[in-house]
Amino acid sequence: MLRVRNLEVVYDDVMLVLRGLSITVPPGGIVALLGANGAGKTTLLRALTGLLDIHHGAVVRGEVTLDDEPVHRLRPAAIVRRGVAQVMEGRRIFGELTVEENLRLGGHTDPRRITGRLSEVYDLFPVLADRRRRTAGYLSGGEQQMLAMGRALMAGPRYLLLDEPSLGLAPRLVEQIRELIVAINAAGTAVLLVEQNATMALSVAAHGYVLETGRVVLDKPAAQLLADDDVREFYLGLHAGEGHTRRSFRDVKHYRRRKRWLS
Amino acid sequence: MTELIESLLRGLGTGSVYALLALGFVIIYKATRVISFAQPAFMLAGVVAVTYLTPTVGFWAAVPLAAAGTGLLALGVERTAVRPMVGRPAFVVAIITLGVDVAVRVVVNAFIGLDVRHVGDPWGLRTLAVGPVEMQQRHLAAVVAAALLVAGLFAFFRYTRTGLAMRAAALDQEAALAHGVSVGAVFAVSWALAGGLAAVAGTFAAAGGSVDGALWLIALTALPVIILGGLDSLPGAVVGGLAVGVLQELTATYANDVAWLGGNVSVITPYVLMLVVLLVRPYGLFGTREVERV
Repeated sequence: MLRVRNLEVVYDDVMLVLRGLSITVPPGGIVALLGANGAGKTTLLRALTGLLDIHHGAVVRGEVTLDDEPVHRLRPAAIVRRGVAQVMEGRRIFGELTVEENLRLGGHTDPRRITGRLSEVYDLFPVLADRRRRTAGYLSGGEQQMLAMGRALMAGPRYLLLDEPSLGLAPRLVEQIRELIVAINAAGTAVLLVEQNATMALSVAAHGYVLETGRVVLDKPAAQLLADDDVREFYLGLHAGEGHTRRSFRDVKHYRRRKRWLS
Repeated sequence: MTELIESLLRGLGTGSVYALLALGFVIIYKATRVISFAQPAFMLAGVVAVTYLTPTVGFWAAVPLAAAGTGLLALGVERTAVRPMVGRPAFVVAIITLGVDVAVRVVVNAFIGLDVRHVGDPWGLRTLAVGPVEMQQRHLAAVVAAALLVAGLFAFFRYTRTGLAMRAAALDQEAALAHGVSVGAVFAVSWALAGGLAAVAGTFAAAGGSVDGALWLIALTALPVIILGGLDSLPGAVVGGLAVGVLQELTATYANDVAWLGGNVSVITPYVLMLVVLLVRPYGLFGTREVERV
């Protein structure tokens, strides 16, 4: 169980970005985390993986626990060894290394099992097997995303954190990524899916959280979130009454005001 | 013709020394984005260690021992003087390495003392003749040693887990960190490698001659070399080192034909070359072109 309790994160000693945030990722589950830009999604992932330090961020209150062990003070390598791996936003593959070298680096913390995991990853992503000697920077966007996911899986994680895997991909590729997430989850890895693409995220997740300015404003099973009027309007761009005429700009202002009152 | 070939070979010999020194600079730069000006001091420390070790263990054991010792010294310097500065502007760290350089050299100079010290290499000034062409054995040895070390480094970066982690950290430190690479260890290994390389380079620079406090000036030639080869390119350091060595020896051989140049112009050729490269191609032959938004 990966659990965040009342987490408060401050950047540069002054900017409070997460304000008492709590979420839970059960083992083997898929949890979606939605939110607009600047809601604190990436910061939360940094807190989960020990990467706050290099961004001058710090956990000032609350805790992150992995199977009831506090992990928010551990170094990134220790967290990876405990079974939490991350696919960072924007893929962040090592462009000048080959595909296989990228994958090998993903297994850095567990060198003895690299060979076995390589073949597992190649089974899951046959495209990467074809391109294993290619320079990673020349892969297409979708292939790079698969490489980033494969690289994270090389650590053999129990919890996989995905930061916007659909970023900049065509709808058909997003569909492919979605199926891969399902496949990864079916193999026993829990997934925390951070997305702006709410339709995709909620269609695979069992549970969803909506983040707003560092707080959880909605916390419901994914099916209920999909049906939720506010989520449909703000994240899916669907209006409450279907067939309704277009909204005027004044109503948009109205929704901004109303959003503050959610839950 | 013989003269040309001989000066080319001499150039490759001195160039190998420059290449080894430049590799140290580049390895540290790639890992930490800082130019370490402490390399000359490590070179001097390595040579002096060899002069002390040779009488007891012999030259062949002294060189690796001194290289390892200098590597450890560099590791200690990184840990105590440089690591606390991680995240500070590169300029600040570079100045600190300058201070480290002066401090280490003062200590090492005390060990040189007033005697003439020799590294005790087996080559001296003897030559190897192939037909009419003569080559100094120490130059041949420097080329062979550099080739072996470069091959070793290539294998290290290409095939080992640590080498791969170092390359990845050089490309994207945060992403490497996120996959469990210890960036601190990467810094430490890069400093240790640079220290060891400097010690070997110093030994070959001093082979056939004597060791004195001014030997460190040779290490400064590595600066034109890394500017020529590109600050962040390992092949660039090797090619640049050999090119600068050859250029220097060619100038030494043929500058006498041009009376107005005067003697010893070869000493400044690397720096003239650096000036030209900085004007024409500031990122060097193989370096990454810096893209900056103005």
